[in-house]
Amino acid sequence: MAHSRKATLTAYLFLTPAMVLLLAFAFWPVGFGSYIAFTQYNLIDAPVWVGLENFRELFDDELFIGSLKNSALYLIVVPVIQVLAILLAVLVNNNLPGIKFFRAAYYLPVVTTVSVIGIIWNFMYNDDGALNAILRWLHLINEPIGFLTDDRIALFAVMFVTIWRGLGWYMVLYLAGLQAISADVYEAATLDGANAWQKFWRITVPLLLPTILLCSIMSMLAAVKAFEEVQIMTQGGPFQSTYTALYYAYEFGIKSLNFGRALAASLVMSVVCMLLAWLNFRYLQPKNP
Amino acid sequence: MSQAQTMPAIAPSSASALQRGLRSARLRRIVRRLPHYLLLSVLAIITVYPFWWTLVTALSTTGDVYSFPPPLWPQDPSLVNFIEVFDTIDLLAFYKNSLLISGATVVGTLVICSLAAYPLARMQFPGRKLVFGAIIATMILPAEINFLVNFITVSKLQLTDSVTGVVLPNLAGAVGIFLMKQAFEAVPQDLIDAARVDGANEWEIFWKIMLPLAKPALGALAILTLVTAWNQYIWPSVVMTSPENFPLSVGVQYLSGSFSFKTRVVAAGAVLTVIPILIVFLFTQRYFLRGFDGAVK
Repeated sequence: MAHSRKATLTAYLFLTPAMVLLLAFAFWPVGFGSYIAFTQYNLIDAPVWVGLENFRELFDDELFIGSLKNSALYLIVVPVIQVLAILLAVLVNNNLPGIKFFRAAYYLPVVTTVSVIGIIWNFMYNDDGALNAILRWLHLINEPIGFLTDDRIALFAVMFVTIWRGLGWYMVLYLAGLQAISADVYEAATLDGANAWQKFWRITVPLLLPTILLCSIMSMLAAVKAFEEVQIMTQGGPFQSTYTALYYAYEFGIKSLNFGRALAASLVMSVVCMLLAWLNFRYLQPKNP
Repeated sequence: MSQAQTMPAIAPSSASALQRGLRSARLRRIVRRLPHYLLLSVLAIITVYPFWWTLVTALSTTGDVYSFPPPLWPQDPSLVNFIEVFDTIDLLAFYKNSLLISGATVVGTLVICSLAAYPLARMQFPGRKLVFGAIIATMILPAEINFLVNFITVSKLQLTDSVTGVVLPNLAGAVGIFLMKQAFEAVPQDLIDAARVDGANEWEIFWKIMLPLAKPALGALAILTLVTAWNQYIWPSVVMTSPENFPLSVGVQYLSGSFSFKTRVVAAGAVLTVIPILIVFLFTQRYFLRGFDGAVK
């Protein structure tokens, strides 16, 4: 069928609103943001080209180096969250009475706004809060742990919240993956005398590999980009111990209007994210038998 | 284990024996599942207890906030803490702002995504593949840059402190367009051909055939967008500068920042913030709990 000029025009009329918005808010940021990373820009005066100055300052700044280290450290949430999410998915992948209640319960944190999650966990982490109370009751500690006030612990306390709020999300993705595995495979394995443990490692894990790959990438990128929890719970403190790379960019950009430095930091993170995604595809891609 | 498998083990000598057998089979089945339920419950306590503690604290009126051991049930329950939230901050304004932002985001997303999805699904035109590829490419663009530059853009457009500024960058999304494209592709070609014979133009086909037939997908997209828009925090907290424009997610943070000494009131504010969206979630769970395929079907 030949394309008439009118039909083409109609098609693009339908597409225009979405294309304009995507150009303005998805493509423009990449181009303009990369340019701003090489300038000095405070939102009011015109950007001034400074070459690599922002990057030099960035890597001379101990705070940024510390933030990068924290973002790298944040990657330990990935295996924890993935293993727990697979466990949850396996546990709820059945029709036991009440299973829907459990699925909803695990998903609750996912549909809760991060600002309320911050408030709730500030309660939990309080010196006299539930967590310290339970640990004291179990006689594991005598003095309360300053979960958010001890600079050696705060980052891990924030990470725990990331795990807690992300579990349900990955559980659902794994549940979909599990339900795509045909029951015949398990039946055949049962006939061959395989036990539950063998079925899990020989059938579930290999067939779930594409989902594991997808979830690991999502989780890794989310981990190195984590900053909402930091912004809400610790604002980078105590003693700047919970600064992550994107929280650094947020502070310098939105708070100090030093957009050159902030976007330079973001650009570094973009490169890191692309590298991570590439490494995942390169080395975790399931091989066809 | 299904019942069918355990049944033949029972000798059906008499009706009562069969019943006893059935009961013990069911009992055995539950007992066998006990460790499973135990594990499920421990994990559920970890995800639900922080919410429960907050609710109990908000409803309690007596005793130390952080008493030991933490009370499992409200002490002298009353709603005074909730009333005090309304006295402390303009919660109704926050509700209104949240509704406005979420409503505009949902309507805008449905309109813009379905408009864009229709030609991509059902029309042949030069550049179709390129446009679709570009839309999908936005999913892998480094989104961590967007947030800062979008703040610059919104400031330059003088849209800070406005609902438009919060909503505009969130309307056109690859996921929404993809979802609607799939729904439109499922519409039978016969219906479109018949309409064309009757002289319908593209707009009429879109409006009278496509949209009504894509209602399930529109519903799924609406609910997912609603929950995302209601819960977003960082972006509105950056765009909205005056407290009277805050949505709930930002307003409750303001409450906890300025009145942190009133723990019970802050807890009540947190409860009031999440309740509307939790009700939506409880009634629409299937859209969330079925994974990606559940959202389309």
